[in-house]
Amino acid sequence: MHDMMRRYGPGLTLLICLLVAFWLLMLVIVPNITLFEQSFRPYLPVVEVGGPKDFYSFDNYMKVFDGNVEKSLFGMSFEIPVHVYTFFLTILYSMLVTLVCFAMAYPLAYYMAKIVNPTTLPTLLLMLFIPLWVSEVLRAFAWWIILAFKGPLNALLQGIGLIEDPIRWTNMGYTGVVIGLIYTYVLFMLFPIYNAIQSLDTNQIEAAEDLGAPWWKTHWRIVLPHAKPGIASGSVMVFMLSAGSLLVPSILGSTTSQWFTQTIDQWFKDALDWNTASAYAFILLFLCTVFVSLALWVFKVKLSDIAK
Amino acid sequence: MHKLRLNLSHLYALLFLVYLIAPLVVMSGAAFNDNKLPSIVPWKGWTGRWFVDLWHDERMLLAFANTLWVAAAVAVISVVVGTAAAILINSISGRVRTVLYGMMIATILIPGVVIGISTMIMWTKLGGVLFGVDKPFPFIPGLHLSVLGQVSYIAAMVMLLVLARLQSFDAGLEEAALDLGASHGQVMRRILLPHLYPAIGAGAAVAFFQSIENFNVTQFTRGGADTLTVYVFSKVRSGITPTINALAFLLICFTLLLAAAYEINRRRLARIEATRQAEARRAEEMAEVTGLA
Repeated sequence: MHDMMRRYGPGLTLLICLLVAFWLLMLVIVPNITLFEQSFRPYLPVVEVGGPKDFYSFDNYMKVFDGNVEKSLFGMSFEIPVHVYTFFLTILYSMLVTLVCFAMAYPLAYYMAKIVNPTTLPTLLLMLFIPLWVSEVLRAFAWWIILAFKGPLNALLQGIGLIEDPIRWTNMGYTGVVIGLIYTYVLFMLFPIYNAIQSLDTNQIEAAEDLGAPWWKTHWRIVLPHAKPGIASGSVMVFMLSAGSLLVPSILGSTTSQWFTQTIDQWFKDALDWNTASAYAFILLFLCTVFVSLALWVFKVKLSDIAK
Repeated sequence: MHKLRLNLSHLYALLFLVYLIAPLVVMSGAAFNDNKLPSIVPWKGWTGRWFVDLWHDERMLLAFANTLWVAAAVAVISVVVGTAAAILINSISGRVRTVLYGMMIATILIPGVVIGISTMIMWTKLGGVLFGVDKPFPFIPGLHLSVLGQVSYIAAMVMLLVLARLQSFDAGLEEAALDLGASHGQVMRRILLPHLYPAIGAGAAVAFFQSIENFNVTQFTRGGADTLTVYVFSKVRSGITPTINALAFLLICFTLLLAAAYEINRRRLARIEATRQAEARRAEEMAEVTGLA
C-alpha cells in the first residue's frame, strides 16, 4: 500500500481503492448481505413492510420442507419434500454432468498438450473456441432442434437402423437437460486440464514408457496426478455452472425434470415472493459452496489454484 | 507411441470437433428450410424468408441493440474496476491480499441466480429506504442493474488477465520515470498502462462476450427490457419460428469472420517471425564465414 502511494501518488491510490471498494462492497458484499437479511423476512404487501407482521423468522427456509411427494428408488418407496428432492437431483445430475465432461475432455486435453503437431494446435484451439463464442441460449436451442421428436437425431438413428420408433428425448426426465449441460460446459473442463497437462515435462512420460509402464499406468501415476489442479478447477467450474444454470433446464427440460434454479425462478417471477426466492437462492449458494469446499478438501486443492 | 493409438487419438479429436460444431450446423441449416418449425428434417426447400422476417422483427432488433449497449457498458466498467483491482492486488501482500484475492475469485463461482436476485433486492430496497415508494432512476429494475450485476463477476475475469500481465512488468521502469521527474499521473499513463494494454484489450473482449452470453443475472434484474438472450429464451418457450435460426446463422457467420481474421493475422505474424529468424541465422552464418564472429 505504501509502495502504491509512492508510485502513483495519493490521488490515484485513493481512486484505485475506491474502485475496488465499489466493486466488492456495492456489487458483492452488500447485495449478498441484503439477500441474507431479506430471506428471513416474510413476504408482505408494501404497506405492511416494517409493520408488526414484519419480523425475522425461519419460515421462508422451512418452505423447503413443505409438500411431500412419494418417490421410489431401488424398489424402496419413501416420502420426501418436493423441493428437497429437486435440490438433491440437481446436485446429483450436476455431478453426472461434471463426470461425463471430465471423461470427454481429458483425452482431448492430453491430445492437445502432448500429441498434436504444435503448428496445427492454434488452429485446433480456434475451432474449439467457436462454440464458446456462440451464446449459451443458442447452443441450448440447437439441441432443442436436434432432440425434437421429429428432429434430425431421431431421423438419423432411424436411417441407420439403430431404432425403429422415434424417441421422445425431451420427455425422458433429465436426459435433455444433461445432454444440453454437457455440450454447453464441456469446454470449461477442457481448457483448465489442457493448461495443467501442458506444464508436464514430456520426458517424464517417455521415461515411464521406456521403463515399461503400460499406457494406462502412465496416465494413472504420472499425467493424472500432475493434472489434478486443472481437473479440480475444471470440475468446480462445470459443477457450479451446471447447478446454477437456468437456461438449459428451462429449454431442454421435460415435464418431469425440475432444476433447483427453476424453483427459485418460480418463487421470484411467478409467486413474486422475493423473500422466499432469497432464502432458496441462499440455500443454493451455501450448499454448493459447502459441497465444493468439501470436494476441494478431499482432493487437497486450494481455491487460489483454481483461477490459474 | 503406438501407431494404432495415435490414429485413434486423431480420430477422437476429429469426433470431438464434429460433436461441437454439428449442432451449430444443424441450427444454421434450419434457417434456410421452408418449414414453419425450426428443423432440418423434413427438408421442404430453400428459402430466405426467415431473414426477411428477422429484419422486420422490431422487438428482436431492439433487444439486439440493448444487448450491445449492456455489453459495452459492462466491458468499460469491468475493465476500469478489474484493472484497478489487479494493480491493488499486485502491490499489497500478506493476509489482506489473500482475503481480497479470495473474495474477488469467489465472485466467479457465485451462481448467476444469486447475483441477479441479490443485486435486484439491494438496489430496490435501498431506493425504498431513501425515497419511499416512488423510486428514481438507479433504484428501479432495468438493464442498468443487469450491467451492475454482470460487472460483479466479469470484473474478476478482467482482474485475472491484467494480474497475469503485471507479473512481467518491470517496476524499475516506474522508479526510473519518477527519478527523472515524471508525475504520478504520467507514470500511470505512460509507463504502466501501455504495458497492460494487451491484457486490457483481451479483458474488454472477454467482458463483452461474457455479457452477451449472460442470462441468469439479466433475467432477474432486467425489469421489462429485453436483451437478445432473454428474447430468444422467451421465443423458445412460446412458439418459435426459424427467425431465431436466421439470427443464429448471422451471429455464427460473424464469429467465423472474426476467427478467420484472427487466424490469418496469426499466420502472417508467424511467417514474419520465421523469416526474421531465418535472416538472423543467415547473417550469423555470413559473419562466421567472413571471420567476423
